[in-house]
Amino acid sequence: MSTLPLMRYADAGAAMAWRNGERIDVCRFLATSAALAEALPDCDHIVNLCTDRFDFAAGLAAALMRKQVSLLPPNDRPVMLRQLAQAYPGAVCLTDAGVAYEGMTCVQVPEPPSGGGMREIPSFPEDQVAAIAFTSGSTGQPMPQVKTWGTLVRSVHGEGAALGMAELAGAFLVGTVPHQHMYGLESVILLALQHGMALQAKRPFYPGDIAAALDELPGRRMLVTTPVHLKTLLADGGRLPAVDFLLCATAPLAPQLASEAEWMFDAPLYEIYGCSETGQVAVRRPKLSAEWRCIEGIRLRQDDEGTWASGDFLKGETLLADVIELNAPDRFILHGRSADQVNIAGKRSSLAYLNHHLNSIEGVRDGVFVMPEGVREGGGTVRLTAFVVAPDLTAETLLARLRERIEPAFLPRPLHFVDALPRNATGKLTAEAIQRLLGK
Amino acid sequence: MGEVNSMVRPELELATLIVNTLNLEVSPEDIDPDAPLYGEGLGLDSIDMLEIALAISKAHGVKLRSDDESNVRIFSSLRHLSNHIQHLKAA
Repeated sequence: MSTLPLMRYADAGAAMAWRNGERIDVCRFLATSAALAEALPDCDHIVNLCTDRFDFAAGLAAALMRKQVSLLPPNDRPVMLRQLAQAYPGAVCLTDAGVAYEGMTCVQVPEPPSGGGMREIPSFPEDQVAAIAFTSGSTGQPMPQVKTWGTLVRSVHGEGAALGMAELAGAFLVGTVPHQHMYGLESVILLALQHGMALQAKRPFYPGDIAAALDELPGRRMLVTTPVHLKTLLADGGRLPAVDFLLCATAPLAPQLASEAEWMFDAPLYEIYGCSETGQVAVRRPKLSAEWRCIEGIRLRQDDEGTWASGDFLKGETLLADVIELNAPDRFILHGRSADQVNIAGKRSSLAYLNHHLNSIEGVRDGVFVMPEGVREGGGTVRLTAFVVAPDLTAETLLARLRERIEPAFLPRPLHFVDALPRNATGKLTAEAIQRLLGK
Repeated sequence: MGEVNSMVRPELELATLIVNTLNLEVSPEDIDPDAPLYGEGLGLDSIDMLEIALAISKAHGVKLRSDDESNVRIFSSLRHLSNHIQHLKAA
């Protein structure tokens, strides 16, 4: 079995991260990762909850060195950690400095050593399981997505080739997306490690934060972000930070927003299409074409069920959750999501998953989530509506129970209490009945 | 609710801005100025905080900063956020 290197940089002195104004080179990163690998307890799984990019990357590297699998939960809420602890007995949490989780063994990444001798860049077998990401299954249990080192690295090499990343070796990369998501893992952490870029350790949030995180970097800059952040950054009206390359994903950008971003930043803007099951599938530069091109090694085919993605480095075939017009096995137009899928500000879930959680709450007799059609006045984010039969629950209690179970982005707004849901004789809620509810 | 509401004028204005920006189904007077905005309490999330930051930037010409998403929670209440805006405007 062939192996693939942890990282690809010009030399051991190249910048690998930028943290609080300090440049950290490859050599110190390797020394930190090796020290962490020695400190990690004997176990099979590491829940990597670090938000700091450098610490997260060191955790990923250390786990690979120890042949441990990194678990990447979409959030750190108690319910999620309890589910992980049950499914992966003995799992240990890797956390930011000063953070601890009740009932879990927590380990932290050591400070990078000031000196640190030259170390070889380690390589890992392609079939070594590197990480498990999670998607929301319809049963309420998070569905594990097992990623081998070979799948991750080959996918990111394909992405880099499609985006022309060779040009950006030595540049700095700022991401606004969490790296526990596939998009952040691939397009922030691994894109940087595999193409010789330095990670801004922070994950900036507000437009002012993003500008500051970019401005402090002494070199060329790439911004990896989402439509929501990009829209806010442009609408903010402040001075835009200097950026040499923009990458956006989680939901397709409106064409006019894409053109505006290219013009305002004077930098190319590319988009990625993908999902947790496959990782990234295709890229496009919306200014030049609405058509998506698959990254090398990925192919699509269609049958009665929908569009299936497979690839040289993917296991099996994945049914994509979107409506796709296939122009060739590697080129397509995206026509939106399938009926059960919801995407709110880039967070994906299914109505079946959300309904399952709503109905699992004690005191809820019946309940349904509905995605309203159309756009909100003023261009704000559209939220879900829920209709619930729960005579003994208050809105506060119900929302608190829901908040323990689902991502905040999916919390219903508004939440309507009703006496009964207009189910038909077979117990189904027809689209028409739901429209009548919404019209009330 | 129903208690004596002790919101001062800038707090009420901010509450109105938040309710209008997010289409919330509460009236501004009913927001408890000391209750958490994020997560529990008013139940706002990070997408809301971005929309509010934009509205505040347009209305007051000040830019919110958090340094990191985890610190968004420092705007723990309407009162805290309102004081922070007044502080930024005075600076």
